[in-house]
Amino acid sequence: MAILLIAEHDNQTLKAATLNTLGAAHHLEGEIHVLVAGAGCTAVGQAVAQLSGVTKVLLCDAPQYAERGAENLAELVRGLAAGYSHVLVPASAEGKNLLPRVAALCDMAQVSDVVGIESTDTFVRPIYAGNALATVKSIDPIKFLSIRTTAFESVGLAGTAAAVETIAAGPELGLCKLVDRELTRSERPELGAAKIIVSGGRGLGSGDNYRRVLEPLADKLGAALGASRAAVDAGFVPNDFQVGQTGKIVAPQLYLAVGISGAIQHLAGMKDSKVIVAINKDPDAPIFQVADYGLVADLFEAAPALTQAI
Amino acid sequence: MKVLVPVKRVLDYNVKVRVKADGSGVDLANAKMGMNPFDEIAVEEAVRLKEAGVVSEVVAVSCGVAASAEVLRTALAIGADRGILVQSDADLQPLAVARLLKAVCDREGPALVICGKQAIDDDANQTGQMLAALLGWSQATFASKVTIADGQATVVREVDGGLETLAVRLPAVITTDLRLNEPRYATLPNIMKAKKKPLDTLDPAGLGVDVSPRLVTLKVVEPAKRSAGIVVSDVAQLVEKLKNEVKVI
Ligand SMILES: Cc1cc2nc3c(=O)[nH]c(=O)nc-3n(C[C@H](O)[C@H](O)[C@H](O)COP(=O)(O)OP(=O)(O)OC[C@H]3O[C@@H](n4cnc5c(N)ncnc54)[C@H](O)[C@@H]3O)c2cc1C
Repeated sequence: MAILLIAEHDNQTLKAATLNTLGAAHHLEGEIHVLVAGAGCTAVGQAVAQLSGVTKVLLCDAPQYAERGAENLAELVRGLAAGYSHVLVPASAEGKNLLPRVAALCDMAQVSDVVGIESTDTFVRPIYAGNALATVKSIDPIKFLSIRTTAFESVGLAGTAAAVETIAAGPELGLCKLVDRELTRSERPELGAAKIIVSGGRGLGSGDNYRRVLEPLADKLGAALGASRAAVDAGFVPNDFQVGQTGKIVAPQLYLAVGISGAIQHLAGMKDSKVIVAINKDPDAPIFQVADYGLVADLFEAAPALTQAI
Repeated sequence: MKVLVPVKRVLDYNVKVRVKADGSGVDLANAKMGMNPFDEIAVEEAVRLKEAGVVSEVVAVSCGVAASAEVLRTALAIGADRGILVQSDADLQPLAVARLLKAVCDREGPALVICGKQAIDDDANQTGQMLAALLGWSQATFASKVTIADGQATVVREVDGGLETLAVRLPAVITTDLRLNEPRYATLPNIMKAKKKPLDTLDPAGLGVDVSPRLVTLKVVEPAKRSAGIVVSDVAQLVEKLKNEVKVI
């Protein structure tokens, strides 16, 4: 039996998360088919066909998939799922929104946030904000998996192209309409894919301080910017900056936590980073328990000094 | 219009998680339990809709052991009108809970279900979406703002790149994100009043729902600990370490 992967894209470009999800699929057995559903998304389909391990692209080009709403997409995937042993999505906002709907339509369970694949039916996933790791075996005939992308390598080009098959669209259910989308525009790397992340917390005190102190540092390092929940709640930065149990899960080469205390919900989102640096004026802040290098200092002096020194 | 709010009893979010030595799960014996924080936000939102005159009745539902009645009382103290406990000692997984909630919706006929986006114990983030699927309703997950008018919900959602606004036809399932509202503290008089509000108990068999688990937990372990780091004396030493020791910049 083959594996079905649902590509995430914006009708023009493929999201990096799909490459890591494909990396996870390589740990399973069977051909890998990728569904590219969207409107005017042929170029994405062709790009996916070039990826290593992809044996077939299912291209479904129809207006009802333009905005990638879960209702119409789930109906389409339900129709395809029966032919597959596994259905995979990245555990992104889109994947989390979509896959449980498909699984329930098929009357089967989903395994969320897979970080390890032990066999074709046994998977490892974090629970309790990553304070425990559960190994679970699925007894359902189709395994619906959302993949934690930081746990798997991303996959590159194959050198040959897989076949692209156009498939028929499902119905427009008319349940839901997109009114507006306000995406944060940034020249910086995407949080989920960045090699270096500079992240700020409540200690920054204001949005102005956040920008004044952390942006020059991030510019110098070519880093993405992140934040704690407290910094987002206080309106220093937009919601999509949040790292943690309920925000983005990241694992960069270097994570610089500035004025962040290190609550377990925050650690859940970044403790798999390769190197963690913490700058905090409180020597007892829990962030120091996970930091490789801790600097006990006032961030308003230390962060600009760091920007200068690198 | 009636709103249904599912609430789950979980380990309090401030309590340190202890994994059992035999690897069978997380130790909950004598631990402080409470309502899943996202569900508190859901109850608060439903009660605000009632206070605004948009909603006529708020029904809180919990699926789980007998002690789940406590979180229903909390929901009633925040302002829900009535509670339903679907009592079961089984390991209730998201699909089973969604099927139970579907059965309760079939009886109660709500126009809206507001759920937490995830429970902080299994972190599955599935139940709301599954319920919407089983009911054939629209869904608006990870909500940070909800407006109800003319048989339609306008929901601002927190998505990866920022925010998006959806217009969904009612009936619908909405799941809450952290920034939707700040739940009130239940006052003592309201806690007292909550004790007198109606609370019915049902069970899976009575609802005709098979709740057998589809996922078997083979083991639960603690994640690898990070090895202890060092405290650097100043910025210069930090830069030296990052450049020469771990070579990440
Ligand atoms: C259900 C739930 C989900 C949650 N999900 C998340 C999540 O996904 N992500 C998340 O981050 N949080 C999450 N939280 C919140 C979390 O519990 C913490 O409240 C939050 O992470 C705290 O943010 P902070 O570290 O910025 O603020 P604080 O805890 O207030 O820490 C600020 C730190 O800044 C330091 N500081 C202050 N001034 C200076 C200075 N001048 N120089 C140096 N240091 C300074 C202080 O010493 C302190 O350590 C969640 C909570 C709940 C209940």
